[in-house]
Amino acid sequence: MVWESVRLALQAIRRNTLRSFLTVLGIIIGVAAVIAMVTIGNGTTAKITSDLAKLGSNLLFVSPGQFGPGRASADAKAFNERDIEAMRAQLRSVRAVAPVSQKSVTLVYGTESRNTVVTGTDNDFFITQDWVLAAGRSFLDGELRAGRAACVIGQTVRDRLFGPAEAIGQNLRVHNVSCEVIGILEAKGQSSFGTDMDDTVLMPLRAFHRRIAGNMDIDRAYVSAVDGADTSRVQADIERLLRERRNIFPGREDDFVVRDMRQIVQTAAGTAAMLTGLLGAVAAVSLLVGGIGIMNIMLVSVTERTREIGIRLAVGAQEEQVLLQFLVEAVVLSLFGGLIGVLLGLGIAAAVTTALGVPLPVDPTIILVAFGFSGLVGIVFGFFPARRAARLDPIEALRHE
Amino acid sequence: MPDQGTAATPLIEFQSLSRVFGAGAAAVRALDAVDMRIDEGEFIAIMGPSGSGKSTAMNILGCLDTPSSGAYRFKGVEIGRLDPARRALLRRRFIGFVFQGFNLLPRTSAVENVELPLIYRGAPQAERRELAMQALARVGLKGRERHTPAELSGGQQQRVAIARAIVTEPAVLLADEPTGNLDTSMSREIMDLLVALNRGQGITVVMVTHEPDMAAYAERVIRFIDGRIATDEHRGRAA
Ligand SMILES: Nc1ncnc2c1ncn2[C@@H]1O[C@H](COP(=O)(O)OP(=O)(O)OP(=O)(O)O)[C@@H](O)[C@H]1O
Ligand SMILES: [Mg+2]
Repeated sequence: MVWESVRLALQAIRRNTLRSFLTVLGIIIGVAAVIAMVTIGNGTTAKITSDLAKLGSNLLFVSPGQFGPGRASADAKAFNERDIEAMRAQLRSVRAVAPVSQKSVTLVYGTESRNTVVTGTDNDFFITQDWVLAAGRSFLDGELRAGRAACVIGQTVRDRLFGPAEAIGQNLRVHNVSCEVIGILEAKGQSSFGTDMDDTVLMPLRAFHRRIAGNMDIDRAYVSAVDGADTSRVQADIERLLRERRNIFPGREDDFVVRDMRQIVQTAAGTAAMLTGLLGAVAAVSLLVGGIGIMNIMLVSVTERTREIGIRLAVGAQEEQVLLQFLVEAVVLSLFGGLIGVLLGLGIAAAVTTALGVPLPVDPTIILVAFGFSGLVGIVFGFFPARRAARLDPIEALRHE
Repeated sequence: MPDQGTAATPLIEFQSLSRVFGAGAAAVRALDAVDMRIDEGEFIAIMGPSGSGKSTAMNILGCLDTPSSGAYRFKGVEIGRLDPARRALLRRRFIGFVFQGFNLLPRTSAVENVELPLIYRGAPQAERRELAMQALARVGLKGRERHTPAELSGGQQQRVAIARAIVTEPAVLLADEPTGNLDTSMSREIMDLLVALNRGQGITVVMVTHEPDMAAYAERVIRFIDGRIATDEHRGRAA
């Protein structure tokens, strides 16, 4: 009998294709929204997590100042070269400590120019940031000590300023400083924040200080712990060392921050996951609204088909059979809607994730849940109209115009 | 006047059967203590002025409605007070309905319309199709099985309705003004068909009509007035 009801339902749906489509439009949109939101959200989360992991594993960020409500960060003093040396010498389980100072400058080569951020650092930067050279070399010890104007450039800078021409050995003007290109970084592409990671220029810290910044400040340091090290212990070590070096009395707050990459990844992933959940919840509400749409149209359909129900009852259909027919019709309709919605949602997710350059994680659970939920919507919102149909008095129903 | 076998159990028997709509001062006695018996194989026309209780009697005969008081015995069994589910089973098993307004499912082919009662009997699809095709052939609609009601004339639609009523081999065929929506020549076609079914296959036919011309096809004419049987004539077979 159930199979028979499915056949009857398909017949009824086919007999009024347009109305059937409009009935399930709400379900289609709801399911598509849930699938698209959750899939795109998961893709973005995965992308953020992997990008941040790409920034370097076991990485800690050290910067002067404090962040948070009521805390001034401007007057905290910058780090200096001796701080970096002390960290290198005294911290255990540390692989690299890279000083970082940055400034936004204009690059000029021939007739081409470009605004880019230049970073003053040393060879530890390649370790902490997982940079690999595509061509040329990194800085020589002599260049670092003497602060020679030599630079390593990213792929974007190379492409935009030099075009097809050879870049290595050429002199690039960085903020009016003539600087020899000694190396080219391998491309990394976009970061999850949408910035072009290859739009960058690196030069020896001392060259940056003397020729570009005009001071000896170090904006921050990136510390890379050895594999398997306990980063929270490294973090505590850095804090102890810097409090000592910066003469902070016990009981006073730090005037610097050490942040563990893992925490940042966790926080970012947590935020992204929460956002995904939120969007999914909004989409789920629209699925519910779609269910009410089904109930509405099914009620109209019961009224419209009162005569048909009367005929069915007169030829011997029982209440349960009519109930089953209308219920199955609602469920079949909403499952149809669910199916179209899943396909549409995946299509949207595929288009958006391709455009954003994030992965497309197809999660069978969410598809099953959305599909199952649309079936449930059919049962819940189809039941009331179906019961109304089944309880019609056959004589009244037959007389209905 | 030939007495219709007092010894044998009648197919249908009303005993002091009343049907009252509403209550108190506004109550309408649509049927008022009606006694009536119908034997197997009869062809009966029910006549009477508008509001005299003809349709009410048909609905009770067809187990669509229940009497307020009195007895309704079908093959000797009291069925007047069954619950809706059992009445549905009785309709499915013993009753075929034909209505004035045809009452076919729109946008549905003739053969699918005829299959409808078989669906609720749980007949397998192949058997259903076969029986429905045979029923359509019996009412002279061979070759029109795929047409929808909109593609058929009024007379043809009524024949589909008759095919639907007889496809289950019912004990009794109930027709409430089956020719009410048809012109004279189509009406005659339908009456000829009903007569053929009655004589050829022994189906008991009870038909409501306003037209004496149509009532003339019946062997017995029962006239209702104000919810009571006023006259009950046996005429013998029409020529
Ligand atoms: N559902 C109902 N509720 C209240 N009164 C009803 C109902 N059905 C019928 N009646 C009343 O019962 C009486 C008999 O009605 P019925 O339909 O049986 O008449 P009828 O002989 O078929 O008339 P017609 O020739 O016009 O079809 C009428 O007075 C009618 O108003
Ligand atoms: Mg009537």
